[in-house]
Amino acid sequence: MVAHYVMSVDQGTTSTRCILFDRGGRLVSVTQREHKQYFPKPGWVEHDAAEIWRNLEHLAPEALHRVGVDPRQVAALGIANQRETTVLWDRRTGHPISRAITWQDTRTDTLVAEFAKHPDAAMVAERSGLPLATYFSAPRIRWLLDHTPGLYEQAECGDVLFGTMETWLIWNLTGGPDGGEHVTDVTNASRTLLMDIRTLQWDPELLAFFGVPAGMLPRIRSSAEVYGRAERAVPGVRIAAALGDQQAALFGQTCFARGEAKCTYGTGSFLLLNTGDTPVRSTHGLLSTVAYRIGDEPAAYALEGSIAVTGSLVQWFRDSLGLISTAPEIETLARSVEDNGGCYIVPAFSGLYAPYWRSEARGVIVGLTSYITKGHLARAVLEATGWQTREVVDAMNADSGLALTALKVDGGMTADNLLMQFVADVLAAPVVRPMVAETVSLGAAYAAGLAVGYWPDLEGLRRNWHRAALWNPAMDAERREGEYANWRRAVERTFDWLQPGTEKSEKPEK
Amino acid sequence: MPGPVQSIERAAAILRLLARGSGRLGVGEIAASLGLAKGTTHGILRTLQGVGFVEQDKSSGKYQLGATLLHLGTSYLDVNELRSRAINWADALAARSGEAVWIGTLLDGKVLIVHHVFRPDDSLQSLDVGALLPLHATALGKVLLAFDTQAAACLPDTGLEPLTRRTLVSPAALKRELTKVRERGFADDIEEATLGQASIAAPIRGYGGLVVGAISIAGSVDRLCPSSAGRPDPALVDFVQNAAQMISRDLGAGRW
Repeated sequence: MVAHYVMSVDQGTTSTRCILFDRGGRLVSVTQREHKQYFPKPGWVEHDAAEIWRNLEHLAPEALHRVGVDPRQVAALGIANQRETTVLWDRRTGHPISRAITWQDTRTDTLVAEFAKHPDAAMVAERSGLPLATYFSAPRIRWLLDHTPGLYEQAECGDVLFGTMETWLIWNLTGGPDGGEHVTDVTNASRTLLMDIRTLQWDPELLAFFGVPAGMLPRIRSSAEVYGRAERAVPGVRIAAALGDQQAALFGQTCFARGEAKCTYGTGSFLLLNTGDTPVRSTHGLLSTVAYRIGDEPAAYALEGSIAVTGSLVQWFRDSLGLISTAPEIETLARSVEDNGGCYIVPAFSGLYAPYWRSEARGVIVGLTSYITKGHLARAVLEATGWQTREVVDAMNADSGLALTALKVDGGMTADNLLMQFVADVLAAPVVRPMVAETVSLGAAYAAGLAVGYWPDLEGLRRNWHRAALWNPAMDAERREGEYANWRRAVERTFDWLQPGTEKSEKPEK
Repeated sequence: MPGPVQSIERAAAILRLLARGSGRLGVGEIAASLGLAKGTTHGILRTLQGVGFVEQDKSSGKYQLGATLLHLGTSYLDVNELRSRAINWADALAARSGEAVWIGTLLDGKVLIVHHVFRPDDSLQSLDVGALLPLHATALGKVLLAFDTQAAACLPDTGLEPLTRRTLVSPAALKRELTKVRERGFADDIEEATLGQASIAAPIRGYGGLVVGAISIAGSVDRLCPSSAGRPDPALVDFVQNAAQMISRDLGAGRW
């Protein structure tokens, strides 16, 4: 039977989605299911990895069933996943040791502060390209090992395995306890703090520094090659790609050349700039990360600016304040007023990411007067995403020595016209949305399709990219600078709020 | 003519009961008050909850009137919500058809453009979101007129404004056209709004099949109506109807 489609799995922070694409990179079928978020203590955010696997087991066949497609018509399956979320499981039973600790979880802040005092701490940023911070996997592994008696020994002999979500799903898809493949890809491995960003191998000194035994780690493979065949969910389909979700979006936006950048607006937002075949060290709080690696070809690298809270601020506005009933209604509410009325919201819910990296910062709403209505708050919610984008772009321009001329955008929030116009206004640069807003899924599909020859080369993929919408800047420079100054004053008011014990969290070494 | 439908009478009684007094009642209280079986009452409440007419309090489990009831007369689907739910299918339609895509809803006797996807040829185009189009001369407008009785009431009784020599200006001709739209399930406009341009539209339905908007492709008449017969390309009509159905399904329209 001729293979007509490529399947993509986007294992995200709030849901798992399965999308079928055709050769033109067009969306054919979509299934999606949310999973439960656990908040057992302030700063803790957990997922049930078993629930996520059950969801995929249901979603993948359903995506095929909806359009009457047989698994034999699927050329390959690619996975894009929430990064840094850490799960440990028992190799023999396939059961997770505990709930997965997600990328938003800050329980390791004290642990990270201790690591930072170690004389070898500077080596971490040097080797891994990342600052020593709570956001990455290694401290989470260590936390789990420290808090479960006997776990270290089991991990050492490989009875307990570590994985980020792509590793967990590939292992389950390819058979689980019955010979499942225990692999990760270079992009996900580059987010652990354990991989040398130049050699693309686990670094023994980093493993020793964090006290993580090598026996529990997956093998590091490229982002696009056949890892194995599915035994479950979609039997027989080749599993041929894995990328961290943000790298997948960069790939889906076809940012294959040095200097091309995209921003994905989701729960958090992530701006990535392709820096070509060498990693660039940031002096402005950005991360150096692997963009992708196709089979045996040299890896491509990226600079990344991450913003912790963007879409999740809208969700908070909906779920915790109850001022809207669905997320898109924020635009309706925001349009009920002309401007922010002097109100600014800085959503440092679990600290600030790039370019500040202040884990002790906490959110503020400033400029409140009796004049402020829920409409002004809605504006301030959307504007927070715009200003945080501006700060990251400024840092990226400074590090790369280039001025961003246009920003490719994707993700759910690109459906918000008011926000996209505001982003163009504060960047003073055009904002462009591609025809397939689902670039995370598309990137994973592209990489899988390349690995099995469904698509011939990168140029072929580029021809699939088309502009779906364009927002041109329309704000005058004086107003832009005035508002930016207000925003920065609001940001300063978030600093130094949290004081864990007597120990302030330290800024990562730059 | 069949007699009154018992379950609808009971649903109405439940709504009246909830509208009275403190407004929050448990299943048992409602069942006891109306002399109904608890199971029957629960079934009706769940159905009313599904359409948004009642809401259940998370902590107490008690029922109260839903917010939807308060907005019955006005637009019941937020236009930004509609765009957000439709965006993937609108992209896919543009990619497949090679034409620009619009989604429109009714606003004050006009079609309000709530979403616009560029024609995928990377030529210079600008976003038309927020623009207002005439109802009688566009495929989007005809779909809204054909499936929304309120929209039809917006039209003047006498002559309609001619935009081109092909615009339908007689109310009788438009009425015949709308009957055709309802029969076929799609509408077209062939040089009726702009010379050289055509569009094809199909209805987007929400819960219960209610039409909440329309989706169209628009482009040069040579591409949309390639045959000399002056009819839209059936393949393109299929794409538009398929996209409308996919969006409708995501909006919970069930069998549509």
